[in-house]
Amino acid sequence: MTSKSDLPQGTLDLLILKIAALGPVHGYAIAQRLQQVSRDVVQVPQGSLYPALHRLENRGLLAADWKETETGREAKFYRLTRKGRAQLETETASWQRLAEAVGLILRLSEGGAE
Amino acid sequence: MNWWHRLLRRGQMEEQLNKELRFHLEQHTADLIALGHDPGEALRQARLALGGPEQVKEQCRDARGTRWLDDLWQDFRYALRTLRQKPGFAAVALLTLALGIGATTVMFTVINGVLLKPLSYAQPDRLVLLQEQTDWSTQWGDLWAFTYPNYLDCRRESSSLDIAAWRFTGGTVTEPGEADYVNGRQVSSELLPLLGVSLARGRGFRPEDDRLGAPPVVIISYGLWQRRFAGSPEAIGRPLVFDGKPYTVAGVLPAGFRLGGDDADVFTPLGQDTSPNMQNREAHRIRVWARLKPGATLSAAQAELALVGRRLAEQYPKSNKGRTFIAQPLRPDVGDVGSTLWLLLGAVSLVLLIACANVASLLLARAVSRERELAMRVALGAGRSRLVRQCLTESALLGLTGGVLGVLLAAIGVRPFVTFWPGSLPRAEEVWLDWRVLLFALGASLASGLLFGLAPALRAPVRNLEPILRAGARTVAGSSRRLHSGFVISEIALAVVLLVAAGMLGRTMLRLSLLDPGVNLRNVLTARTALSPATLANTGRIRTAWDDILDRMRRVPGVEAVAMVDTVPMREGNNPIGYATTPAAPPAGKQPLVLANSVTPEYLKVMGLRLLEGRFFDDQDRMGSQSVVVIDEVMARQAFGGQEPVGKHLWIDLGMDPVTVVGVVGHVRYWGLAGDDQARVRAQLYYPFAQVPDKYLRRWSELMSVAVRTGIEPENMIEPLRHAVRAVTNDQVLYEVNTLEKLAGDSLARQRFLLLLFGIFAGLALLLASIGIYGVLAYLTSRRVPEFGVRMALGASARDVVWLVLRQSLGMIFLGVGVGISAALAAGRVLRRLVEGMQATGPSTFAIMIPVLVVAALFASFLPARRASRVEPMNALRQE
Repeated sequence: MTSKSDLPQGTLDLLILKIAALGPVHGYAIAQRLQQVSRDVVQVPQGSLYPALHRLENRGLLAADWKETETGREAKFYRLTRKGRAQLETETASWQRLAEAVGLILRLSEGGAE
Repeated sequence: MNWWHRLLRRGQMEEQLNKELRFHLEQHTADLIALGHDPGEALRQARLALGGPEQVKEQCRDARGTRWLDDLWQDFRYALRTLRQKPGFAAVALLTLALGIGATTVMFTVINGVLLKPLSYAQPDRLVLLQEQTDWSTQWGDLWAFTYPNYLDCRRESSSLDIAAWRFTGGTVTEPGEADYVNGRQVSSELLPLLGVSLARGRGFRPEDDRLGAPPVVIISYGLWQRRFAGSPEAIGRPLVFDGKPYTVAGVLPAGFRLGGDDADVFTPLGQDTSPNMQNREAHRIRVWARLKPGATLSAAQAELALVGRRLAEQYPKSNKGRTFIAQPLRPDVGDVGSTLWLLLGAVSLVLLIACANVASLLLARAVSRERELAMRVALGAGRSRLVRQCLTESALLGLTGGVLGVLLAAIGVRPFVTFWPGSLPRAEEVWLDWRVLLFALGASLASGLLFGLAPALRAPVRNLEPILRAGARTVAGSSRRLHSGFVISEIALAVVLLVAAGMLGRTMLRLSLLDPGVNLRNVLTARTALSPATLANTGRIRTAWDDILDRMRRVPGVEAVAMVDTVPMREGNNPIGYATTPAAPPAGKQPLVLANSVTPEYLKVMGLRLLEGRFFDDQDRMGSQSVVVIDEVMARQAFGGQEPVGKHLWIDLGMDPVTVVGVVGHVRYWGLAGDDQARVRAQLYYPFAQVPDKYLRRWSELMSVAVRTGIEPENMIEPLRHAVRAVTNDQVLYEVNTLEKLAGDSLARQRFLLLLFGIFAGLALLLASIGIYGVLAYLTSRRVPEFGVRMALGASARDVVWLVLRQSLGMIFLGVGVGISAALAAGRVLRRLVEGMQATGPSTFAIMIPVLVVAALFASFLPARRASRVEPMNALRQE
């Protein structure tokens, strides 16, 4: 519980898009998945999940339908639109570039210390 | 989804949001139960994880991006609800606004129709007016009407303009029907197609009609067609006798067609005019209009005309040296009504401003009593901009509703207003409510809404909520007092401006109507006279015809004296000429001017002129005898200083040799009672009609009027006189028949009309300002009731309390009057420039009008003051 970290600004949208890319999914499942996949490292404040979903829907990156869950209840399922997929690709690429660059810099400073 | 879509489906979306969040909570709870938590604890943890449901929902709504719309809708309903809660307030505010906006909209509708709308011809923005321009100026400026030969040259040589010409005419129509004088126009064959006019019946003029010797054809107005041909389709091809000449009717114009001001009934081809002036390059009498050809620009046309001008100046140096041609966009000719209209719009805007100040102070009073409510809402998390927006929505709603009512008022009011206009309003047929007017009304409503809503809105509290929430309303009142006084002061100042303006106009009217016109206005009838067209052939017959007319009129029972005159006092039309007191006349344009008037001997008796020196004319002053003139006292002073004028010689521009002054008469206000003092030419000179040289006689005969002094009511003499003049040939008519009293009255019509309207506006302003003062004081005193209670408990008398309240209002009143006086002085200068006969704002105007205002304002403040004085001290203190 102590090793939970806050998400950097803007990454929540990227993570939501990635999860929605795997197939239609409702809000609660997104929250679950984020927590499981990140092995509880990423703590998503559930309160900010829904505004983010609505914002992405409003921007046309996600589309939503009401469907039945496997338990037979009605839920709002979000799926990635074509525009959302393109956005996901560019953001993933730029995220990886950034992560590599940050990693390089960190390794460099370690080498200097040795 | 579009935003309106979202707005319409708001309910559904809210429901879905609830459902989504509920699903989340239930799933989470179920999972936690599955992990072994007990149900209550599971629900608690799930809720904790999600956070406050209202905050989440609010953030989701924000994320949808239609927040402002939701808010607007909410504010709108809220505003409607608050207004409905106080129907009295809403009614007063709406009525005030409707009056203000309605009156302003009426004025704008008239301005729009008369001044702003383009001409009612096809594609008016492509029409241009051509004029001749000289590189030297006369007293009438450097712009000239065209000569016919110059027009023909321009038309032939211009490749970027289609050019047409026309001029004013008039004459007697004798067949079919009774002889009557009608206005006419001579037009070139290109004019009607150029304006895009298609005839109601028949055909227009063709180029072959538009030349000397062509068979005479005429196009008649729709009105004349109805009057004289009963609208029969067979009118085409029938004869019409105009000025003694038979024409064939070729076409009928559409109803409502106008060319250059007043109605014209008879249109003849310009090219058929036999006058020698048509070949004269120095006879400037043609109006030239043109249309830019497709693709051509005004500057290209201008350059082309300049080229033509230069060529003609070389070819005809005598007439065309230093003369060129200019083109400018064609605008409606509406004379000088513009200044009156803008003046009235200005006045009516002041009324609207007062109305706004009134509503603002009403709103402010409410805003202050709602201060705690607003502070509470800030404390609960409302943003300041949100509160300001809410207040503005409310005032915009008021403004727009007031605007709708105002437009309804304007729609009803604009026709009576136009009918009521003194004389005839030019382009009156163009005055109606169109999109421009609606746009104006919308703008005025929103601007007023903003104006009266801003002050209360900006008072929305932000900081220091705590004292407001804690305090009783009493302590808050003091802080709004300055703003309230501000409104009262500006209302009073505006009312002062209108009152003083009305006072100035009233004083001016009084002064003008007491002026000596210089003639005896009672029992004088004037009329223009058209001689039988047959007599115009030679000068001998013209002179006999006039003698005959005067004789016939003199024999009508009730007639005391009859005279001919070319310039009737106080009627339009004038004939200023240059004069000199030595044979070496100064160059044209530098000479002093005198209003020359040819009359017959009985004129002195008809008009009741005062003969100051020498004699007036008699029958011995005729062609061949010594040329004589009579001058007025102004001319005597101006030309001869203190010397004895009788017997002196004058050289005047009438082709007569030196003339001898034989008498001096009193000054006559030819330019109207109001206009004469400021007229450019005030000197007057009379010469005998019998001595008008032959070469001018025919032209003069077209201009002469008769003036008749009657022993009985002049109106009763009109028919007998008409009958007497008609003569054997039955084609001599009197037209433009007026009594001199009516002409004198009309010369003040503009001032009278302005006085009436300013009087109404000032009354309205006084009423509104009084209501405003009453409202503000009633409010302020009601806030001070506990204070009064304390004072009275400590021994203050009712009188002291009344005085306390009145002192407060007196302060505002005097400040308002002070500001108003300086504004009124400035407004007075504007009035003086725009209205003939106005005098400087005298202290007496202020002395009369300001007490009126102060008394009204004090009366309005007395009611709340008295109410305050009747406060029961114990009740008042308990209010705490």
